[in-house]
Amino acid sequence: MKTIVEGKHSKVVISSETPTVIIGERINPTGKKKLTAALKEKDFDFIIQEAVRQVEAGAHIIDVNVGASGIVEEELLPEVVKRIADAVDVPICIDSSKPVALEAALKVCPGRPLLNSTTGEEKNLETVLPLAKQYNVPVIALANDERGIPKDTETRVAIARKILDRAVHLGIAPEDILIDVLVLPIGADTETGKVTFDTARRVSEELGLRPEVGASNVSHGLPDRKLINTAFFALGAACGMTAYIADPTVVEITQTILAADLLLGKDEWAAEYISFYRKKEALKGSGK
Amino acid sequence: MDIMKQIEENIIAGKFKETEGLVKTALEQGKSPNEIITDALSKGIDEVGRRFKCDEYFLPEVMTCARAMSTALATLKPHFTTEKKTTIGTFLIGTVEGDLHDIGKNIVSMMMEASGFTVYDLGIDVKPEVFIREIREKSPDLVGISALLTMTMPAQRDTIKAIEAAGLRDKVKILVGGAPIDQRWADEIGADGYAEDAVECVEKSKVLLGLGR
Repeated sequence: MKTIVEGKHSKVVISSETPTVIIGERINPTGKKKLTAALKEKDFDFIIQEAVRQVEAGAHIIDVNVGASGIVEEELLPEVVKRIADAVDVPICIDSSKPVALEAALKVCPGRPLLNSTTGEEKNLETVLPLAKQYNVPVIALANDERGIPKDTETRVAIARKILDRAVHLGIAPEDILIDVLVLPIGADTETGKVTFDTARRVSEELGLRPEVGASNVSHGLPDRKLINTAFFALGAACGMTAYIADPTVVEITQTILAADLLLGKDEWAAEYISFYRKKEALKGSGK
Repeated sequence: MDIMKQIEENIIAGKFKETEGLVKTALEQGKSPNEIITDALSKGIDEVGRRFKCDEYFLPEVMTCARAMSTALATLKPHFTTEKKTTIGTFLIGTVEGDLHDIGKNIVSMMMEASGFTVYDLGIDVKPEVFIREIREKSPDLVGISALLTMTMPAQRDTIKAIEAAGLRDKVKILVGGAPIDQRWADEIGADGYAEDAVECVEKSKVLLGLGR
């Protein structure tokens, strides 16, 4: 089973057999003062530059989130989405917790963007899933509900199953559902990594859905964070993770994902791995 | 080694399995619960806070230290004649309406409790009216309002406004925190303080209550 995401002229396949997809996370104001300011001032050059940098660094899809206090998302999100879709030819991941903003962006986004996201919360299922159906786009579903983020695998899988049932009931193809299996800071609970990996395995094997995760928080509060992040990406790939919401401009992240794909038989003749190496060396040579 | 020093070092090492035994030994040796708190436990947890602040200690270590501290306080509790003596202040905390994140809030709860505060944790997705109801019921000294998303930051402002409208604003000190929060935002929405992490929350709380440091 595979999920197809499309840009204006580009196509990305998310499946357990194909290389791990990197969804560039940098266009999101949470914790980023400069980007927040750029969004408020409508400094689109700065924002487009962030998109271009990520694509050059290896992002397959660009996540776009403009949610911050003082920003009217339903106005700004479509504008930013449209400009980025014009500037880079990779698919867009439209990211908002507001259904009206998601819909406004869906109306102007070319291709077949990825919708980010619904959760198992009733209010989201009722508003976001119908959008995925109406616009015929794939959707990311977070494995949490009104009770918060479950500490255990069983509850996360149960929520994923509930979302799948609801989506299928609405006529959405299972191919178009990605499950965000969620990861919490490992420093606050050392069991939580295992729960994430077990959930990924079960979502993939039992539900036949594609697990995905955003990972920048896993190493919070610990030293040598990059080491933990990269180990997380490699282990996740081995547990069936098909996509990451991550920062590809951190070169070790992209390298680790490429190496993991190679070791898992997802990169025939190491073509992707070697091509990334050459690109990196060439940049070094050009003094960039 | 002196038993008080042993307890202090036990807290710093976060060896929570051994804490209860040590505290009991101190009580058997005739130390009063207040002495144990002031001369051993507080010193220990202050040192943990200091180490965390200068990156000598990391989150999992702070969690085990806080657990050792909670164990010690629980061991001491039955030995106090009045419950009032065990607490240096009361702290009510919750994650704002619309936000389901609880890890940071839980760590703050743990550290506050470990530092001698009585903590009432209202959980996640807490509506302003619930904050108000609980403030009326528990009369806390401090209220902590947590928000982890840029999207749910405005709910901190709404909560503070609601507390004002209910006529309770001058009854409590309000602290805000969460990944997207900073001092500027705290000032803008009229909070009494901002804490970047659990250790700072303890420090600021003590300052707000005039408990030194």
